[in-house]
Amino acid sequence: MEVKKPKIKSMRYEDFKDNEYIDNLVEQLNASGVNVVVGKLDQLLNWSRSNSLWPFCFGTSCCAIEFMCLGAARYDMARFGAEVARNSPRQADYIMCQGTITYRMAPVLKRLYEQMAEPKYVIACGACTISGGPFKNSYCVVKGIDEIIPVDVYLPGCPPRPEAMFYALMQLQRKIKVTKFLGGDNRKEKRMEYVPEDK
Amino acid sequence: MFDFTTVTNWLHELLLSVMPAWLTTTVECILVAVFLLLAYSVLAMIYIMYERWVCGWIQCRRGPIRVGPGGSLQIFADVFKILTKEIITLWHTDKFLFFLAPFLVVMASVLTFACLPWGKGLQFIDFNIGAFFIIAVSSIGVLGILLAGWSSNSKYTLIGAMRSGAQMISYELSVGLSVLTMVCLAGTMSITGIVEAQADGWFLFKGHLPAIIAFIIYIIAANAENNRGPFDLPEAEHELTAGYHTEYSGIHYGLFYLAEYLNLFVVSGIAALLFLGGWMPLHIPGWDGFNTVMDYIPSTLWFLGKAFFMTFIFMWIRWSFPRVRIDQMLALEWRYLMPMGLVNLVVMAIVVTQGWHF
Amino acid sequence: MADLQQQIAALCPQAQFDTVDDMLMVTVEDAQWHALALRLKNDLHFDQLSCLAGVDWKDSIGVVYYLTNTDTQDMVHVKVATTDREHPMLHSVSDIWAVANYQEREAYDFFGIVFIGHPDMRRFFLRNDWVGHPLRKDYDENPDLNPIRLDDEQNEDYTCTYVEDENGNVKKVDGKVFEDDEYVINVGPQHPSTHGVLRYRVSLDGEMVKKVDVVSGYIHRGIEKLCESLTYPQTLLYTERMDYMAAHINRHCLCMCIEKALGIEVPRRAELIRLMMDELMRLSSHLLSYGCLTMDQGATTAFFYGFRERELIYDIFDRTCGARMSMSYSTIGGVVADVHPDFVKDVRHACDVIEKNLKEYHQLFTGNVIARNRMVGVGVLGKEDAINYCITGPSGRASGVHCDVRKTHPYSLYDEFDFDEVMRTEGDSMARYMVRMDEIVQSIKILRQACDKFEQCEGNEYVAEKVPKMIKLPAGHWYQQVEASRGAFGVYLESDGDPKPFQKPYRLHFQSPCFNLIGVVDLTCRDNMIADLITITASIDFVIPDIDR
Repeated sequence: MEVKKPKIKSMRYEDFKDNEYIDNLVEQLNASGVNVVVGKLDQLLNWSRSNSLWPFCFGTSCCAIEFMCLGAARYDMARFGAEVARNSPRQADYIMCQGTITYRMAPVLKRLYEQMAEPKYVIACGACTISGGPFKNSYCVVKGIDEIIPVDVYLPGCPPRPEAMFYALMQLQRKIKVTKFLGGDNRKEKRMEYVPEDK
Repeated sequence: MFDFTTVTNWLHELLLSVMPAWLTTTVECILVAVFLLLAYSVLAMIYIMYERWVCGWIQCRRGPIRVGPGGSLQIFADVFKILTKEIITLWHTDKFLFFLAPFLVVMASVLTFACLPWGKGLQFIDFNIGAFFIIAVSSIGVLGILLAGWSSNSKYTLIGAMRSGAQMISYELSVGLSVLTMVCLAGTMSITGIVEAQADGWFLFKGHLPAIIAFIIYIIAANAENNRGPFDLPEAEHELTAGYHTEYSGIHYGLFYLAEYLNLFVVSGIAALLFLGGWMPLHIPGWDGFNTVMDYIPSTLWFLGKAFFMTFIFMWIRWSFPRVRIDQMLALEWRYLMPMGLVNLVVMAIVVTQGWHF
Repeated sequence: MADLQQQIAALCPQAQFDTVDDMLMVTVEDAQWHALALRLKNDLHFDQLSCLAGVDWKDSIGVVYYLTNTDTQDMVHVKVATTDREHPMLHSVSDIWAVANYQEREAYDFFGIVFIGHPDMRRFFLRNDWVGHPLRKDYDENPDLNPIRLDDEQNEDYTCTYVEDENGNVKKVDGKVFEDDEYVINVGPQHPSTHGVLRYRVSLDGEMVKKVDVVSGYIHRGIEKLCESLTYPQTLLYTERMDYMAAHINRHCLCMCIEKALGIEVPRRAELIRLMMDELMRLSSHLLSYGCLTMDQGATTAFFYGFRERELIYDIFDRTCGARMSMSYSTIGGVVADVHPDFVKDVRHACDVIEKNLKEYHQLFTGNVIARNRMVGVGVLGKEDAINYCITGPSGRASGVHCDVRKTHPYSLYDEFDFDEVMRTEGDSMARYMVRMDEIVQSIKILRQACDKFEQCEGNEYVAEKVPKMIKLPAGHWYQQVEASRGAFGVYLESDGDPKPFQKPYRLHFQSPCFNLIGVVDLTCRDNMIADLITITASIDFVIPDIDR
């Protein structure tokens, strides 16, 4: 069965950037060959996962305010079915890291990421999360959250506009739509095994 | 008006003609269970979308519109996703209780759900103490919530569970008292009996002031029973992150979510049953033409329509009121609602014995 | 001022006097400082410690205190320094001005200055295991010393205080934050209602709060240190990322401080634009705090209403500055460019809409019986405490403190405008909330007047004074205060008069209003319920990056 290029409602494929990345993933999937039954199931799963992205409220600074605007009436994240913002990491699907991560916050972010249930995705929202942004030279700012946790989508801006956040959300949807779940996961990050100390 | 007993009787006769009595009963039980669970899950899904759209409408937003036509497939995406989400097991917890809790909550709501009068002759369980049974089984839910909070081994969930325990046990009284008031008016505890008693007018209009007071008490107490705003303290998002189900992920959390919405339907259904005549069409004495037209509308539609209307009121309350504090909530129950309910019950008894109702 | 100098000289003969930045500066030795501080507060009524800035002067290390007399609004600043760089020690004034409690912890964290007699000498912004004190000029920035640590930070239940005996020997005494048998829950750093990454450790008795320990620094980005490596125009960038809900106002403040040092007069049109932007920012901030307060109490719909109107203000910013949040609009000498042609029309429209919809807010939330029960009489902050903790802004005015900088030390063009300082005396959550709602009305009033004035000076497209490409300030220090959305925002700027082409600030300290606000969390939340902790902190309304900087 052939894996198709991901389609997003009311956005043309050419309007997106980073199409080569998605093309590569599609090619990889097609090259390895997919059984029709498994492929259809995968499609169903990917469709459901990409359309039901519940965010984890994780805002440290300015970007969080734009995220609130994203949820509010004008932009309305609910259109994407993403308004069910969960405050417990266990129930969320993706973490949109909004704002600078400092050395003191880094272990907390890592812990929160580990607490999330698979499948989980990360959007690095704002300049600070990508590279440290304006605070790159600071003595206690992490220079990009990808030093701590794996990142799926990078979203530049200081802070990014709500429209940009939607774009990042759609890019994430595209990425999820070319994920192979059954018969081997093609995501890079593998699950970590946690062994408690007293066992 | 179409009576569903003809269908059920026909099925019963059909099965009896091909198989022995014990097998008939077994097959019927299985059929009922399948139908019940199907109705349960479909209604829960409808309700989740209903709430999301109503909430969007109240908050000047559009709500889910992008998945499928008009956002109608949104809920399927959510269901498939949550079914395939990882279930996290925690160390240092009582795993048996941790896994049992969501099922207890769902069980309580399924049992209550089964008592509702779906239409003329269409009822899963119907026996002479139906109202009593509803009150009894609906309080199993609090056990699940307490267990969930306790077994998660977290301070937040424990506070959420304790709040929930205090709240649900308190408001059980008010719900019980207002149900009793209406039972008193109906003169029977049987669900069908209560519905039949409203053939010439719904209790809300028949029962004078005590019925209206009981209705208001019921709306407040049912909101609290359901852990919905303004009484959503057990899962008070802004205090306890997610309350008693903070540590649940995947389908376990989905079950809590499901039960929450189904409970909403159950309390709306009971309100429809007790105050708005269950599946009984709107009858105005003397207006025979009008009454006949009303009778043409199927009874199931009547019931669902009333339940959805009641739900709309519950949602309206939830999305406009701030949350109360734990001491204010308990004071409201023990100082105001319960004494009022008791007095109301006595007044209703007097009204009934004196025959002052319509 | 000479009068004041004589009075202080009478209290402390050893003090040296100077006049810097049109303000009296007193320099005293540490040995006399505590006694003088007590006299300053009790005899001369300098009851508010407005700013405490630690400075490393290379040969000595010390602190500059800005004191305010809340009756006459006179200000004086005191410089106390020690030459011992290895173990710098000063006497704490946290027993005199309560606000010094957290301020001194900050100075300890940044400069390693130990305050003798301070009850709780822990680090405030940086991890417990941090090596060095970053704002000292001899700080070792080697990343190996302080790598990103991914192990969880251990909770610190132990604190210490330094006590001086009669012979002048200083001894370290250990203390405890929480007892072993207390039920301590952790709120934050990632919690929906801390409005960011603040963390409280709350000791509970049932649902009652017994004690709150505020742990901050989860978004401490070292802005003050970063500023020391940038030129003056570059430092402006960071002001918008501290209190992002007062971005224009903070930037305005730093611009004014540098302009004051340079002696630049800003064109009237630019000053009007800045003022209008400030007031728009205030509107947006108060609408946000309305939204957050209601959401924290569970009235989600009200949140959406507040945000609906904020979008109008964002549109105005967007059209003029090209950005919705970090506008980078004010600059040294004026504003970057002229406003959008529809600016005045848009502002008038936004004013009309917000004024109309304000009634809706009151209908939806203010009159609600649950909201009233949750807020009236909860978290009362008295006037004395508000002054003592240096609570300014809406929270201070709700306690009856006359602290609006626009009235007490009029800056920009505020003395030309007719508006009221909203005051209440109850000091509870409801009062704090109502002050904000009434300030929205006042801001609209100012904006309408500003629109008229703006139309009068039409035709004059001159919006920025010429400023030298390389800004060089003379040696000295300046302090500028403005009324930000959450209180008095102060900038302490020190220049060493470096003749090199790209001069950098020697020390830039931001006295943020929210930093003082966290001081009263413990005071107001004690013996209230855990649900009230959320309401009270929401009504006090702080922005965490402003605390941590």
